[in-house]
Amino acid sequence: MKYLITCVALAFSAHALADTIIVQSTTSTQNSGLYDYLLPMLKEDTGVRVNVVAVGTGQAIKNAMRCDGDLLLVHSQPAEEAFVADGYGAYRRDLMYNDYVIIGPEADPANLAGASNVTEAMQQIKQSGAKFASRGDDSGTHKKERSLWQAAAIDSDAGSGQWYLETGSGMGATLNTGVSLSAYVLTDRATWIKFANKQDAIILFEGNPALFNQYGVTPVNADKCPNVNREAAEIVTQWLASDIGQSAIGAYQVDGEPLFFPNAN
Amino acid sequence: MDALSEAFRLIITLDEDLFEILWLSIRVSLSALTIAAVIGLPLGTYLAITRFPGRKFCILLLNVLMGMPPVVVGLMVYLLLSRAGPLGWMGLLYSPTAMIIAQAVLITPIIAALSNQVIESLHQEYSDTFYSMGVTGGRAVAAYLVDARYALTTCILAGFGRAIAEVGAVIIVGGNIDHLTRVMTTAIALETSKGNLTLALSLGAVLLALSLLVNALVIGVREYAQKRQYA
Amino acid sequence: MLKSANMPNPLLPICISGLRLIRGDRAVLAGVNLTIDEPGITVLMGPNGAGKSLLLRSLHGLITPDQGRINLGSLTVADSRTEQAMVFQQPVLLRRTVLQNLAFAAPKTAKTDRQRLIQALESVNLLDRADQPARMLSGGEQQRLALVRALLGEPALLILDEATASLDPASVLLIESLVKTQNVQGTKIILVSHDQGQARRLADEIVFISNGQVAEQSPADRFFTEPRTPEAKAYLAGEIVV
Repeated sequence: MKYLITCVALAFSAHALADTIIVQSTTSTQNSGLYDYLLPMLKEDTGVRVNVVAVGTGQAIKNAMRCDGDLLLVHSQPAEEAFVADGYGAYRRDLMYNDYVIIGPEADPANLAGASNVTEAMQQIKQSGAKFASRGDDSGTHKKERSLWQAAAIDSDAGSGQWYLETGSGMGATLNTGVSLSAYVLTDRATWIKFANKQDAIILFEGNPALFNQYGVTPVNADKCPNVNREAAEIVTQWLASDIGQSAIGAYQVDGEPLFFPNAN
Repeated sequence: MDALSEAFRLIITLDEDLFEILWLSIRVSLSALTIAAVIGLPLGTYLAITRFPGRKFCILLLNVLMGMPPVVVGLMVYLLLSRAGPLGWMGLLYSPTAMIIAQAVLITPIIAALSNQVIESLHQEYSDTFYSMGVTGGRAVAAYLVDARYALTTCILAGFGRAIAEVGAVIIVGGNIDHLTRVMTTAIALETSKGNLTLALSLGAVLLALSLLVNALVIGVREYAQKRQYA
Repeated sequence: MLKSANMPNPLLPICISGLRLIRGDRAVLAGVNLTIDEPGITVLMGPNGAGKSLLLRSLHGLITPDQGRINLGSLTVADSRTEQAMVFQQPVLLRRTVLQNLAFAAPKTAKTDRQRLIQALESVNLLDRADQPARMLSGGEQQRLALVRALLGEPALLILDEATASLDPASVLLIESLVKTQNVQGTKIILVSHDQGQARRLADEIVFISNGQVAEQSPADRFFTEPRTPEAKAYLAGEIVV
């Protein structure tokens, strides 16, 4: 019973703190290690403690629509703009970007290395009979991937369960599956660089403008969700977009490579 | 082998993050267990020793709930505690309290159903004697709980094992927030998704060690009880 | 509660009329009519399956008969429950120590009266076992404990259902002497026994049950010397074993 009371008390006090916010975010930003690096600095400068719930972009937006978060930090610009347009978000700001890459087995059965653009790359994957592991979870990466299939005029759903494997999981879990099955996977570069179970998989296609990956930050609208910590969310947004925050994001490196490029507007 | 030596290293170096996560796991699961035992044990006992219409249905329901997947429990508690949900005003989502609630919901039916079976067989033995001695109501419930204490300990530890090992419910209602709601199982899920399989496995080994400890306790309790004909 | 042997027993006479109990399509109690006003020890005898135990269980309230009435003095079975105690063939002891078993049965007011519990244990030679787990005792010791536990509430009626079957001789004699003493102190005793020696040692009155009915009710000395019914004769001669 004593435990219980202690726990209840702790839980309430954590929420009672005025300078704590919940950020609904994506597995890619969490798995890349960015938050572990960034949040202590943010706390130091602003005094705000940020609790990150990392799910797919789709679920993050749905959670925020239920008012279960103060700030949205995801990477699917159309969905974020719809979130603001529907009144759930106060406004949206660009924050940073990186790019998507397609990884696959070193042997590269679809010869992606020889593809001249991403549409060609997608078509080659389909034609080679190789497997492709998809997030299948309505995340930002998943939305991007679907748009790529569409542009290549391929009905990936028709091959679901055969060559097109929808894991319904986060980025890391999908990479684990893809690497084990020698499948191709569309991933954000940051998660891939930080990913520790690469085995024989390498980046096979990159550097195409269509693979641009923009992250945005959206405070949840206090008119819609009166419980949100509007002030703290605003402070965090300002800090992320400030010179200090932006240069901190740009300075984050793994194995000597920067993972995110600041471009706050 | 790497995982085992990593687990060993984490434990002997008293790795701060590991112990924080482990302690939260234990704290959350013990709290959930306390709630589940306070509700589940008398409920299971009551259903074993009283006869009323609908009793069989209640027991059936307990057995069905016992098999409920943790994610379903997590989702239900999430919808309940979400700001848009009926208890949203309490602001409990993404807190250890939410995890305690979810685990308590998960294991209360387990403890009630298991204790129901234990007490049911004891009741067959005791019912005539208790009737003869005029032991009824709350006094009977208390007497059954005391006399089945060793078998019930096993039920309770089974509940604890289930609580501390589940990931589906706590990851939904807790959110796996670092230094706030990250427990052993959600940390394992996270490290797996980062591809840190060795670290994930070593965390699993630590959890396994805890489970080993709990099960050794169960066996010890059972041995002691059998030696004294208390089983 | 009995205070003295001189007070009339509130549960007498015991009047049973038209008692019927159906199990399946068989009447296991087929219209039992019986009046017991003898304050001494009544022993129920009869072949296995005659319905002796069922009769006692009905009297104690463990079974609700399909038809018929039972009155104990001016009370019904339900009202007399706190005045009754029963010892079963298989003693059921709690998973606790000997002393705790006794304390559990003690009426609330006596609960703190450890001295009284000690005396009770002494009366059945179990004092040196007080702190042992009760279920570790031998069969005879367990039954002795069950008996003092039943007597702790000073019942007006004590029912024993083959309580000494297959016990060691010393325990049987100890239990018999305790039962006799209790009867002298005013407790009405009704017991079922297959042991003719025991029935001769204890009984003031024999009720012979056969086929779910009372076949004969006689003072003990007369029953053993000149049984009136052919069934009783055959039973005493050992011709009816089951």
